[in-house]
Amino acid sequence: MTDQVMMDVQGLEIRFGGVVAAAGINFQIYEGRNLAIIGPNGAGKTTFLNMCTGYLKPHAGKIIYEGEDVAGIGPRKLVKKGVARAFQIPQLFAEHSVRENILMAVAAASGYEAPLTRLEDISGASEADRILEMLKCSNLAERPVQELPEGQRKLIDIGVALALKPRLLFLDEPTSGVASTEKFAILEIIAEALEEENVTSVFVEHDEGIVERFADEVAVWNRGEVLYRGTPQDILTHPDVIRDVMGGHV
Amino acid sequence: MKPALFLAGILLCAIAPWIIPNSQVLLTIALSKGLAVLGVIVLLQAGQVSFGHALFYAIAAYGTAFLGKYFGGGELFLAMAIGTISAALAGLLVGLFVVRYRHIFFGMLNLSVSMIFFSILEKFYFITGGSDGLRVERPSVLGIAMERGPFEVVLFYVALVCAVLAMILIHRFLSSPLGNHLRAIKSNEVRLEYLGVSPRLVLLKGYIVSAALCGLGGSLMAVTLGVVTPEYAWWVRSGEFVFIAILGGSGSVGGAFVGALVYEGVRTYASAFAADVWQLILGGVLLVVILFAPKGLIGFIKQRKASNLRPRSSKSAAGEALSK
Ligand SMILES: Nc1ncnc2c1ncn2[C@@H]1O[C@H](COP(=O)(O)OP(=O)(O)OP(=O)(O)O)[C@@H](O)[C@H]1O
Ligand SMILES: [Mg+2]
Repeated sequence: MTDQVMMDVQGLEIRFGGVVAAAGINFQIYEGRNLAIIGPNGAGKTTFLNMCTGYLKPHAGKIIYEGEDVAGIGPRKLVKKGVARAFQIPQLFAEHSVRENILMAVAAASGYEAPLTRLEDISGASEADRILEMLKCSNLAERPVQELPEGQRKLIDIGVALALKPRLLFLDEPTSGVASTEKFAILEIIAEALEEENVTSVFVEHDEGIVERFADEVAVWNRGEVLYRGTPQDILTHPDVIRDVMGGHV
Repeated sequence: MKPALFLAGILLCAIAPWIIPNSQVLLTIALSKGLAVLGVIVLLQAGQVSFGHALFYAIAAYGTAFLGKYFGGGELFLAMAIGTISAALAGLLVGLFVVRYRHIFFGMLNLSVSMIFFSILEKFYFITGGSDGLRVERPSVLGIAMERGPFEVVLFYVALVCAVLAMILIHRFLSSPLGNHLRAIKSNEVRLEYLGVSPRLVLLKGYIVSAALCGLGGSLMAVTLGVVTPEYAWWVRSGEFVFIAILGGSGSVGGAFVGALVYEGVRTYASAFAADVWQLILGGVLLVVILFAPKGLIGFIKQRKASNLRPRSSKSAAGEALSK
């Protein structure tokens, strides 16, 4: 854990019609601290991720990353700067296999080599196998991604993001769609991979148990605002959080 | 495709003119069209259908005709190179504009550009010969002037070699990282962006490759027929390329040529025996293909081949496309 600010969000605002999805958010993401974002449906969590990864341009505010305002510059440029993302609904290449999906990310990160090299023969090909092994998905390598259940597709989606060698990774509900009995095991795998790759993560999560176990810090979102921020122990037992966000139960 | 099947197909094609009487020009035409169809197939990989690729076919054909007209007959390989390069450059220009659009807009914009070019060819009579077109001088081959008979033999084998090289290179291109990113445009552009890849740039590169292939086909066609007319750029021609791509099978490079050979064969022989119904026959064939062999004739051939080896093909439809 460090006190080095990686991404500094200042006064971020965005509206969709009458819906305020970000109402002047001031927020810092610190290097090496895994941050969980919790909050009810429609709180603006995904929208925040969309802005931090360059996909949505905020109506006002700045996102300072590596000394530069990156608000609205587009995912392509941010990926090149080391900011990657896994999605709430996995975004994979449906007509390709698991391994090809990862390989396509490896190829994108390393640039095109000789134009007629086969995808499976690129020099980074072993990197794809390493990532699959790290995610304990080697057995899925040849499977077409659309055959896989949602939970496994999510893991592959994270693998694709990791293949880009990010410094900062946003994960949108990595364990939704995973059976509750498997959630911990899956997050264990993800957390180990993040640690091994030295990636700082920001993950949206609804499951308090998961947050308590894997987050260094928690931020509570509601109606486009950050209501609370603190350690999992403090936040998850905070009476207001329990009342406002978790509907009165723990 | 299995290498053995691929080789057998090429050999069969190479000896066909000596077996089937009067088929040589027909086969050259089919191979030339097949090259253009392969161009259309490259874009189909990205899920984009162009209804205007006759544009590039026509640009190369007229380029070839101008070369012959203004530079005394010209040279076959130079004509092919100039045709291909001018089509690729036109592909770059048109591509910069159309790759921002998808699906029906992409298809229709291509159509519009090709129809504009069609009108230019018709209206600028003093340069293009208007609707009469231009005669294409028979070019020399590596500096040797040839009589019509031997020239046609040479042309057929040149077209065959071009077809084989194009199939090999395009198959490799589509298996490369860039080719895979091109195919990914069909399934997920958002993820492509989040890989740091520009879908537009990828599509532009594919578009240039596809225009160049249409150009090579157009050049060969111009010297084969000895005449170019605005009809080369007519939208029906573009539609024909798409038709043949679906008929032959858009999932693999061989489909372009299988489709073109069958198409030209049916067209020629059916119109000889049943002058007015060849479109009906081809329409019927396409209907049957779409209903019973959605991967086109080439998919059908491969399936038959596979079922000879195994009782039932175990590969999924998606897995088999491009799994040559
Ligand atoms: N592109 C968009 N167009 C219009 N409204 C949008 C758009 N994206 C988000 N919204 C709205 O903004 C609000 C915040 O949505 P967001 O997806 O960020 O919520 P969330 O916190 O991720 O919720 P969930 O837990 O359901 O994923 C919602 O009311 C949503 O309907
Ligand atoms: Mg969300």
